[in-house]
Amino acid sequence: MIEADKLVKDYGPIRAVDNVSFKVEKGDVLGFLGPNGAGKSTSMKMITGFLRPTSGTARIGEIDVRENPIEAKKLFGYLPESGPLYEEMTVMEFLDFICSMRGICKKKDKTEKIQRVVEICHLEGVRNQPIDTLSKGFRQRVGMAQAVIHDPACLIMDEPTDGLDPNQKLEVRKFISSMAEEKAIILSTHILEEVEAMCNRVIIIANGKILVDETPENLRKRHPHFNAVRLKIRGEKGEVKEFLNGHSLVKEIVDESGQILVVPKNGENIDETLFQAAKDKNWQVTQIEKPHTGLEEVFANLTK
Amino acid sequence: MSAILSIFKREFLSYFRSSLAYVFLIVFILLSISLTWFVGSFFKSDDANLNRFFVFLPWVFAIFTPAVGMRLWAEERKTGTWELLLTLPVSVTQAVVGKFLAGWAFITLALFSTFTMPASVAYLGDPDWGPIISGYFGAILMAGAYLSICSLTSALTKSQVIAFVLGFIICLLLVLSGWSIFSELFSGLPVAIVDAISNFSFITHYESMMRGLITIKDILFFVSLIIFSLILNIVVLER
Repeated sequence: MIEADKLVKDYGPIRAVDNVSFKVEKGDVLGFLGPNGAGKSTSMKMITGFLRPTSGTARIGEIDVRENPIEAKKLFGYLPESGPLYEEMTVMEFLDFICSMRGICKKKDKTEKIQRVVEICHLEGVRNQPIDTLSKGFRQRVGMAQAVIHDPACLIMDEPTDGLDPNQKLEVRKFISSMAEEKAIILSTHILEEVEAMCNRVIIIANGKILVDETPENLRKRHPHFNAVRLKIRGEKGEVKEFLNGHSLVKEIVDESGQILVVPKNGENIDETLFQAAKDKNWQVTQIEKPHTGLEEVFANLTK
Repeated sequence: MSAILSIFKREFLSYFRSSLAYVFLIVFILLSISLTWFVGSFFKSDDANLNRFFVFLPWVFAIFTPAVGMRLWAEERKTGTWELLLTLPVSVTQAVVGKFLAGWAFITLALFSTFTMPASVAYLGDPDWGPIISGYFGAILMAGAYLSICSLTSALTKSQVIAFVLGFIICLLLVLSGWSIFSELFSGLPVAIVDAISNFSFITHYESMMRGLITIKDILFFVSLIIFSLILNIVVLER
């Protein structure tokens, strides 16, 4: 549905985006991750046809955004970074304007489409309020509403949850997840838990280049302590350490002030092996846990 | 076509959604009419025509049009809404034309709100309507030419102030180049060059319309200037 084809953008001598290619199909939610200034927004602006790429192109549902921008733009909804809106208009006036621009001109169609997004974005209470009097959360909802008003096949969102409070973030996430099945969605963020919550694919971009393109699960496997197990053992630990050090599945053991962190080779699951060993050798295990391996460290390692 | 109309409508109404429109209209009316009455000594002239009103319009427009045009693109660039606008299914050409027409319609409205001038002339005397109509027609064309330049300068920057100053300087130069005092400065140059410079002036092309003479040459001048500026405007925005 959405395809970036060797996108390159130069700003003078600086290459902001370097040969970025990927495809997003219906049902995919692609999380576009990267440090600030990595080229996320620039890539999205080129995909939406707002910026002209130095080379390469993007296609929305097979239509080239360079060759046939108007047709391509009909197929997606776009929420630009920090959700710019015509602030002097009321919510209804604004949505009415977006409808006319999208060729939804018949009064009946228009009312229907606007009513639909007003409902799904919970805008009933502020319909006739000028946008510049709205809170950040409501503005973002208006931004969402304009992006989905024509029920597009593709949705492109640049930092949709930026600047929202935790409840609003949760709401936006739910909203995006609810549309995931029938659309191809790209969203950029630098909040990693969002990626884990919503996306089935992650692209990490740094210095304009794609570093990683895989599922969040596979990305987590890159964590240095993936599938590690932390043991608290009463009594003598020398024997335990000796056993684990010699084990073929164990990469290393880390002594953490009384606890032992067992890191497996290749991130393999060693839970059962450990249970079995503890039983056989009668270790006095008082606590056993698997430490949380968030994407934060993976991300930090990759983009350092 | 419907996209141009939607953009036109939004842009035109946005002048009125803030109090900006009313301020602009009042300033324009006060400025153009008070110049006619006080500087142009409209009463003393004892003529039933609007020459003393029209003669100041190129100067008034040189300030008024940049004020109307400065927001066209600079504001969109500043607030980021141009990203929203240009990722909707419209071409840059449609957006530029729609916005330009909205500004032009607003200036035309301002111009029509000076109807008290022809009304007083008609009340006090028996005017020749030909030159009044051609004077208004020429003024609308001239305003379009000014505005196309200001739309271009507005697209060049995020700052409305810079857009205004740039627009004002260019508009002023285009007026001055035809002013007799200004052309005397170049009296050392060959006549052909002085003529060419003054040929670029709005005054040169507006003067005959003010007197009731509409020529193809003058219309072409303004229309081609509008088209040229708008094309540059499109090029600037097609990044």
